[in-house]
Amino acid sequence: MKKGYFGDFGGQFVPELLMPPLLELEDAMARILPSKEFQDELKSELAHFVGRPTALTFCPNLSAKLGVKLWLKREDLAHGGAHKVNNTIGQALLAKKLGKTRLLAETGAGQHGVASALAAARLGLSCTIYMGALDVERQSLNVRRMKLFGAEVVSVDSGTKTLKDAINAALRAWIAEQGTTHYCFGTAAGPHPFPLLVRELQAVISREARAQMLDQAGCLPDYVVACVGGGSNAIGAFHEFVSDASVKLVGVEAAGSGKPGDWHSAPLSKQGTPGVLHGMRSQLIQTDEGQILPSHSIAPGLDYPGVGPEHAALQASGRAQYVSVTDDVALDAFIELSRHEGIMPALESSHALGWVLKNAGGLKPGSHVVVCLSGRGDKDLDIVNDYLARKA
Amino acid sequence: MSTNILTKRIEAARAQGRLALIPFLPGGYPDKKRFWDEIDKLDHSGADVIEIGMPFSDPVADGPVVEHASLKCLEAGVSLAWILSELAARKGRYQAGIVLMGYLNPVLQYGLARFAKDAASAGAHGVILADVPFEESDPIHAAFDPEGLALIPLVGLNTTPERMALYGSKAKGFAYFVSVLGTTGVRASFDTGLPPEVTRGLESAKKAFDVPVALGFGLKRPEQLAGLHGLADAAVFGSALIRHIDGGGDAAGFMQVWK
Repeated sequence: MKKGYFGDFGGQFVPELLMPPLLELEDAMARILPSKEFQDELKSELAHFVGRPTALTFCPNLSAKLGVKLWLKREDLAHGGAHKVNNTIGQALLAKKLGKTRLLAETGAGQHGVASALAAARLGLSCTIYMGALDVERQSLNVRRMKLFGAEVVSVDSGTKTLKDAINAALRAWIAEQGTTHYCFGTAAGPHPFPLLVRELQAVISREARAQMLDQAGCLPDYVVACVGGGSNAIGAFHEFVSDASVKLVGVEAAGSGKPGDWHSAPLSKQGTPGVLHGMRSQLIQTDEGQILPSHSIAPGLDYPGVGPEHAALQASGRAQYVSVTDDVALDAFIELSRHEGIMPALESSHALGWVLKNAGGLKPGSHVVVCLSGRGDKDLDIVNDYLARKA
Repeated sequence: MSTNILTKRIEAARAQGRLALIPFLPGGYPDKKRFWDEIDKLDHSGADVIEIGMPFSDPVADGPVVEHASLKCLEAGVSLAWILSELAARKGRYQAGIVLMGYLNPVLQYGLARFAKDAASAGAHGVILADVPFEESDPIHAAFDPEGLALIPLVGLNTTPERMALYGSKAKGFAYFVSVLGTTGVRASFDTGLPPEVTRGLESAKKAFDVPVALGFGLKRPEQLAGLHGLADAAVFGSALIRHIDGGGDAAGFMQVWK
């Protein structure tokens, strides 16, 4: 198979000017990442800074209600409040080994921006975050958090002024600053080797979850369910289970409002088509003429018109299935989990949970279902309060 | 195979003791009608090769000037199909060689083989795809080569001699050397004299490529051309022409300055 491909998807579709830093990163992945020294440092950071392993929590109340055994992999308990830090601390360590003094990163909702900024602060790197101008406005709390961690936040005023344009701006900046700077890509997407690197760093989710299931339940789960935007928490939650044929893998995309004609963020489960964006061949939301369309989700972290190439390949091979739920299903799941289990999920993770709540009746009774709770929901309180006010 | 027209046009300029001039304008800019008038003017005013941009929603190799112009074209309804059919309607009209420049995705959605056939029969001689590095170029060559359509490589200051040689092994038409580590519209670090890294890069490119080498990105003033003689065969003007038109000028006036 060609370098950097998962089936028909992946690759390195970047200007030649970006090939040297990508080749440098490939080399670092082969040489530094597997070394004992690096792995020891990473393990230590994950244990003492990130707070791993995160818990696997059984949900007694919702399980009784649903007729399946519901487990949550608690990435909301990781430092920063989401799985994003698994990736950023690993990439920041790698950047230091490469002699880089600065991280740059894109962010949509701001979660990856915050995780990059805190990893940079921890490791003494300077940090610049590219963020769409609309997102800077919508996510001002995260902008303040990034700045408190010492990062510079650059507002991107081009195109749709959201995540996809922040990625364009970060790629452009990386061309100019590749000598001193590592691009800390936020999801398992983009040009090779990012999809592989981010998967390797997020696979800790499923390594832990698999061992915890065997320990706490005495068996493997029947289902692993995770939300998919770019797909980093999902690929991390799936990876160790891919070779366990009995474990069904379900990726849940954001269907947006669900109204015909409205934008969504579901290139795999709705009408996405193969194309090339942000350095990768994957499934995209685009016009027949190959122009990328805006996306939408109530969960800012799922709001992306593409998806990581390995998810496109897992769908094509049939190993994982991809579905979508609407904004309202996710919001209801947010409220259900808060009320019945005392855990407030991020709106992103609420999509995965929403699919389980909606479809539990169709699952075999007593099935063990692990949902990757990719982040905590405090950041989404304004959105949820608006929803409750509308419903009332 | 016969020598590509692009190579011939650039070599003809060299025979006259000058750099070939390669202006760029996004297809449909500043509007769908005036665009073709401006292309006529470029052709009549001494452009040796004309680059027509194929607008894309997410142009990562371009700076704000080209991006803004491209998005404006898309809003006005410019499509690749429109560019190719309008170009086909003008086939044989231009003295200059014609290059299409853009990104892979619109070409893929048009259909790679169909694009190669339609572009060649519309009178295009070469194509620059800014997001296709050597590693991903095999399928493109497989579609373009049989049609005589050149895939023009883009290399730069950070391209090693080894990678230049890879591109050199397949290059047709000309090679495009990017003078700054940045996107289109970035100001070059030189005024008249070339910085040593650009000189070294151009020398390395001249060794790696049998085809002529064009220098682009960051050319703002005619004085900059003087330092390029003997090192580069052609100069590309990207955002400069867009700025000139935005400032109320036209293509003829622009070419006047650089000739």
